[in-house]
Amino acid sequence: MKFSYYPGCTLKTKAKELDIYGRKSLEALGVDFEEIKEWQCCGAVYPVAKDEVATKLSAVRTLAQAKEEDGKLLTLCSACHNVLKRVNEDMKSDDNMRLKANNYLALEEAYNGETDVIHYLELLRDYVGFDKLKEKVVKPLTGKKIGAYYGCLLLRPNSVLAFDNPENPSIIENFIKAIGATPVVYAMRNECCGAYVSVTHKEIAEKKSANVINSAKDAGAEMLVTACPLCMYNLTENGKGAMEVKYFTELLAEALGVKE
Amino acid sequence: MEKSEQIKLIKERSGTDAKKCMKCGKCSGRCPAYADMDIKPHQFVSYIEKGEIDKLLNSKSLFTCLTCFACVERCPRGVAPAAIIEAVRQEVIRMQGENRVKAEEIPEIVDDKIPQQLLVSMFRKYNK
Ligand code: SF4
Ligand code: SF4
Repeated sequence: MKFSYYPGCTLKTKAKELDIYGRKSLEALGVDFEEIKEWQCCGAVYPVAKDEVATKLSAVRTLAQAKEEDGKLLTLCSACHNVLKRVNEDMKSDDNMRLKANNYLALEEAYNGETDVIHYLELLRDYVGFDKLKEKVVKPLTGKKIGAYYGCLLLRPNSVLAFDNPENPSIIENFIKAIGATPVVYAMRNECCGAYVSVTHKEIAEKKSANVINSAKDAGAEMLVTACPLCMYNLTENGKGAMEVKYFTELLAEALGVKE
Repeated sequence: MEKSEQIKLIKERSGTDAKKCMKCGKCSGRCPAYADMDIKPHQFVSYIEKGEIDKLLNSKSLFTCLTCFACVERCPRGVAPAAIIEAVRQEVIRMQGENRVKAEEIPEIVDDKIPQQLLVSMFRKYNK
């Protein structure tokens, strides 16, 4: 089975580490994947309003392209994952959206939400398995106290994302354990970092990021891991360097011994 | 457009049923942007139901809500306050001259670390 990998814009520019270490680790784990050809931006944020159609079309193109392969769309950026998964749900369950999108795109075969949208962490949990991953670790991050930062986009709305328990998730903690480090559970791990208000209302993003960092620090975390370039930006830039933050793929590559 | 027609459109656009709200306030209790809102998430639900749309159209909360969906996750009645806020926000930014960010201003305010994802989502949230 081959996964169709969707990197998205930011992973090709400001979040290269997320992408590069993600690929290296997949190779080390023996996962068969190929980047989607000529992919387009997912739209960056899911259009919540029911009457939005055009803003979802680029996501539908990607989903339909993955269907032509093995129907497994692999995402890595939390934001892309949120958009693609929710648009896919619309294509399954919203007749109006499905009709209009298919009329407009006029694909060879209508797209009705057949593709599975799988986040990289879900791939590690459900296809590779954290036990298997543990066996492949050559450089365990022993003794490192790491806080998982989930944020919003991987977890909510749970009715569609179905990623993990939205109020008490454990997937990233289990990942941290698998690479040999010690997970630190803290209260604000599924709280918002301040998201896109960062440009227009910087003070809000600073406040939100500080809340997350302080909560993690109080619980004893030395470092946070994230899967989201926007969270990374808010936690580091608006968090004023108060906490080290890494993409989870970088730690994965390190543990697998493929980080240079 | 008639007020009643406008309210009906906004409700449809939200895709959620404000009538189901039991006024428990959990959505506002969970909201990380609560302190930065003039009208709170539970009030959006109640005002739209009462047809008090003008207050909502002028609310600062439209642009401080983070669309984090925490309110949606916590609502015990399956109401989506975030979707009502979004439906009203769209009502505002779709009007002429209501764009909140100007492309010309961007080079001034961005630093070289800002991810593309942030810029694109900001434009999608504040402009039409
Ligand atoms: S989506 Fe908006 S209203 Fe709802 S909890 Fe988040 S910030 Fe508050
Ligand atoms: S949580 Fe739900 S039921 Fe409670 S006030 Fe908010 S919208 Fe109403």
